[in-house]
Amino acid sequence: MTNILETRSLNKEFGAVIAAKDLNVQVAKGEVVGVIGSNGAGKTTFINMVTGYLKPTRGEILFNGKSILGHSPRAITRAGMARSFQVAQLFPEMNVLDNLLVALAAAESPRPSFLSPLRSDARIARAEEILAEFGVEHYRDSLVTAVPQGARKLVDIAMALIGNPQMLLLDEPTSGVSMDEKTGLMDTVMNAVRQHGVTVLFVEHDMDVVERYVSRVLAFYSGEIIADGKPAAVLADEQVRDLVTGHRPTQKKGNGAS
Amino acid sequence: MRFDKTEISLALVAIACVLFGFISPGWLIFLLTIALAKALVVQGVVMQMRSGLVSFGQGLFYCIGGYTVGMGGQFFGIHDAIAALALGMAVAIVVAMILGLLLTRYRDIFFAMLSLAFSMILFGILVKSQGLGSTDGFNVHNWTLFGWAPETGADSQQTVFTMTIAAGLLIAILIHRYTKAGIGVICEAVRENEVRVEYLGLSPRWLLYGNYVAAAAVSALGGGLTALATGHVDPEMAYWTTSGEFIFIALLGGLGHVAAPFIAAIVFSVVRTYSIEFVPNTWQMILGFTLLGVIVFLPKGLWSLVSREKSGERT
Repeated sequence: MTNILETRSLNKEFGAVIAAKDLNVQVAKGEVVGVIGSNGAGKTTFINMVTGYLKPTRGEILFNGKSILGHSPRAITRAGMARSFQVAQLFPEMNVLDNLLVALAAAESPRPSFLSPLRSDARIARAEEILAEFGVEHYRDSLVTAVPQGARKLVDIAMALIGNPQMLLLDEPTSGVSMDEKTGLMDTVMNAVRQHGVTVLFVEHDMDVVERYVSRVLAFYSGEIIADGKPAAVLADEQVRDLVTGHRPTQKKGNGAS
Repeated sequence: MRFDKTEISLALVAIACVLFGFISPGWLIFLLTIALAKALVVQGVVMQMRSGLVSFGQGLFYCIGGYTVGMGGQFFGIHDAIAALALGMAVAIVVAMILGLLLTRYRDIFFAMLSLAFSMILFGILVKSQGLGSTDGFNVHNWTLFGWAPETGADSQQTVFTMTIAAGLLIAILIHRYTKAGIGVICEAVRENEVRVEYLGLSPRWLLYGNYVAAAAVSALGGGLTALATGHVDPEMAYWTTSGEFIFIALLGGLGHVAAPFIAAIVFSVVRTYSIEFVPNTWQMILGFTLLGVIVFLPKGLWSLVSREKSGERT
């Protein structure tokens, strides 16, 4: 299988602090990769470097075989790599529908129209379809600030998927979401991802979620990858248990990985 | 082309204003002309405020519009009012395209102060330019409209009033559509979350750049109309207090509707005129209390009175 994303000796230093050290990651098209690690392990730094938010100190990043090192976040997004955020990044003074309409307009053209209205019938119909796909249609006219955290996360991810990316990076999609909502949220996201045929890499602290949805796990510790492989093998790894999870893996509840 | 309810209402109000002009005294026509011309400059300020940028230097483009109209007649034989106004807008666009490359790199107070700096640089240049009348400025040459020369006085005043109303209507409709169009809403999105806009594949900087240039053109039109109405231009047009006045009017009206700057500019002119008339030594204090009252009781500006009424809300 060809790699959609590849990093070579990726390093990031913040003064004396080494946030990423020689990260060599290959993600094949269609994979669902989970990234685990304790706080400060370098997971978000890795996503931020890959999506152009942070410039690596050294190393190379290839997307579909082409270097994207030094590219702006918007150029990387246009190239087909989208992301969501640990704290949902929405437009708080707009309602949910308008958030999606902005994302749709952005996906249609990098030069938005000067005079034709954002709220066209076609765009509204498409936005309503997306809201229904993500199960948040009842928040259509609610201000983002009045929407529960789980729904905000779904809107954030829906906005990232609107541009039909080839790869989606999710930074802790279930953080701040209640235990009851986690599975529903991830089922919704993974269904949408499968329908769109998107490669996924997501950072997650909940090992149940990791075991359930990913086909491969990268375990980060202190800016380095200390394990890379199938979830069962990585979560059973002694070093990972000691440094990352701090517990033995739970019994598998069913494999949701694609 | 289809017009929505707002656009039809604006057109009806514009027609009513033109008709009102025929029965109004000259002083009132003059006051309204200046107020509406300044409202166009304020529209430029409001366009930028919607995208999260506050320009403390919109007087730059007001002055460019005014001086281009004046210089066009004095030095280049451009006496047609429409051509002179169009030239003023074109010059403002060129200047904004150059300055915007630098300014749109900055946000918040840095943008505000840099915009003020450029305005004050123009003020300094004009003050030192003897050929342009230095601090006194110079008079605008008699102008024509498609070859017709209105007589100086009431005829000219009525014509420039009608032109200001027509320009105001056209700009109001364009801005109304702009605020509802993709770019207008996305500029508001930039104000709310620039990171998200970037990760939707758009460049916040270039969006702000386009907005800045468009705002400059609108403000220059206001400057040009003011020059035609007063028949005079001077460096004060670029002075910081003039730019402050535009921000004052923008805050007074609020960002809620394209009509708000027009209403606010008229209220501002009336309050100022009567304050100067009745309390000539403390009129600034009256304006200060007016702004204080608006900020405390109507933080979203005078337009919030209308929008509350529409939504049935009462305070």
